[in-house]
Amino acid sequence: MADKIIYMDNAATTPVRPEVLAAMLPYFTEKFGNPSSIYSISAENKNAITTAREMIAGTIGTTAENIYFTAGGSESDNWALKATAEAYVGKGKHIITTKIEHHAVLHTCEYLEKHGFEVTYLDVDENGMVDLKQLEAAIRPDTILISVMFANNEIGTVEPIEKIGAIANEHGVLFHTDAVQAYTKENIDVEAMHIDMLSASGHKIGGPKGVGFLYIRKGVKIRSLIHGGAQERRRRAGTENVTGIIGLAKAAELAILDQKEITEKEKKIRDHLIARIEKEIPYARLNGDREKRLANNVNFSFRFIEGESMLIMLDGKGICASSGSACTSGSLDPSHVLLAIGLAHEIAHGSLRLTISDKTTQEEADFVVDSLKEIVEKLRNMSPLYEDFIKNSK
Amino acid sequence: MYSEKVMDHFQNPRNVGEIEEASGVGTVGNAKCGDIMRMYLDIDDNQVIRDCKFKTFGCGAAVATSSMATELVKGKTVNEALKITNQAIMEALDGLPPVKVHCSLLAEEAIHAALWDYAEKNGIKIDGLAKPKADIGEEEEEEEY
Repeated sequence: MADKIIYMDNAATTPVRPEVLAAMLPYFTEKFGNPSSIYSISAENKNAITTAREMIAGTIGTTAENIYFTAGGSESDNWALKATAEAYVGKGKHIITTKIEHHAVLHTCEYLEKHGFEVTYLDVDENGMVDLKQLEAAIRPDTILISVMFANNEIGTVEPIEKIGAIANEHGVLFHTDAVQAYTKENIDVEAMHIDMLSASGHKIGGPKGVGFLYIRKGVKIRSLIHGGAQERRRRAGTENVTGIIGLAKAAELAILDQKEITEKEKKIRDHLIARIEKEIPYARLNGDREKRLANNVNFSFRFIEGESMLIMLDGKGICASSGSACTSGSLDPSHVLLAIGLAHEIAHGSLRLTISDKTTQEEADFVVDSLKEIVEKLRNMSPLYEDFIKNSK
Repeated sequence: MYSEKVMDHFQNPRNVGEIEEASGVGTVGNAKCGDIMRMYLDIDDNQVIRDCKFKTFGCGAAVATSSMATELVKGKTVNEALKITNQAIMEALDGLPPVKVHCSLLAEEAIHAALWDYAEKNGIKIDGLAKPKADIGEEEEEEEY
């Protein structure tokens, strides 16, 4: 084990901020009351949830009654898709999404296909951007939902959400966006962007795991996810995850408060990483859009080498990162996102994602690039693909 | 997830490299699936494997199984090398996670492919050796991005 850990996997999860933990702690012990009970300690918790709901609503330009707390991003995505499908089946059975969505959306779509729904999976360009013309052309009279992610979790590309929302609105089709990676990082206004449903998660923004929310525009018919008590206006029963909700709201509050500063810091380190890798490591390709890109995302493919090997060697130096190689996905195919942007299989296998935070220093970034140079060279020297490439180019 | 031995063979792989004018060279696997192994054998007139080197594109287990395979074949006769199974390679590494068992099969195939090449070059037949299935050189074109 290396002495010092350099964590560059903030798109996977983030540590809970100390202020967030401090806000949560009392709700485990002295403020333990069930928010649905009548006595005063419970009323206090109910108020705390109301305040949290208002806080969250404010971060996306809506009001508290449109925020539904869930157990996280995957649940929110599942709910948005399945419950809309069920509620709008009378209008039609067609859904439009993209090839680069998170599995929480893609596998839910596959489930719906097995239950008689038809799904159009839109292509993306080489930078992962959705083609608006293709999107508009895919809309049919029986289309009930368009689901396009706000920003991609692997390659960081930020989609033209406002334009997609306008198209959906013009055609009278509901629009859901998985904003798990973008929430508190990109400016979100559900009114201006015509977003009808939005998924977000706590642990990507310095909050706890196991909590998230789904924004549902008032008037959208959507079926209950969990039947039981009257929590979440009867749409998602079960005693509230009070500590989680308090933590989520605190994390969102802090992230929005510091948004400008965080973004500027991250962009500086991100661009430094990209510039150094492009300059110093040959046969590397930046994945994702160069401009319309999350401030914390760096994703490269290094030819002739495989991602898991890179990750283990980086781990040996105390660096935490991720890859889209098959070996890390548990299947034979590399990441669906990298294939969708047109990468050949063997190049997709050699991808590396570094997702930084505002705490990442330039020294850490430099150490990562220095380590990466050494590792890529070492792995290329044992790669038969590199050997062939060098021989053929002589 | 990997045993200490696997980590050792991944981080300090034995016998990485090429052999100029090798007696036999075999390449197996497929870049599409993320594993390619190439094995070089130097075999003397008594059919004893004097030296063995490898190059591998693949995950930690792919590198470690290749490394272990080279160690196991060194000093063996051609017939002894042919009997090295993926099971033996795995045991020598103190086991592999279930999803990585195919890496050990690939290492076994790499030995066979190199032996096949040796047999072809020298016009000899090795009992019990069948033509290996895949040589990426024949079927996979290098793709550009």
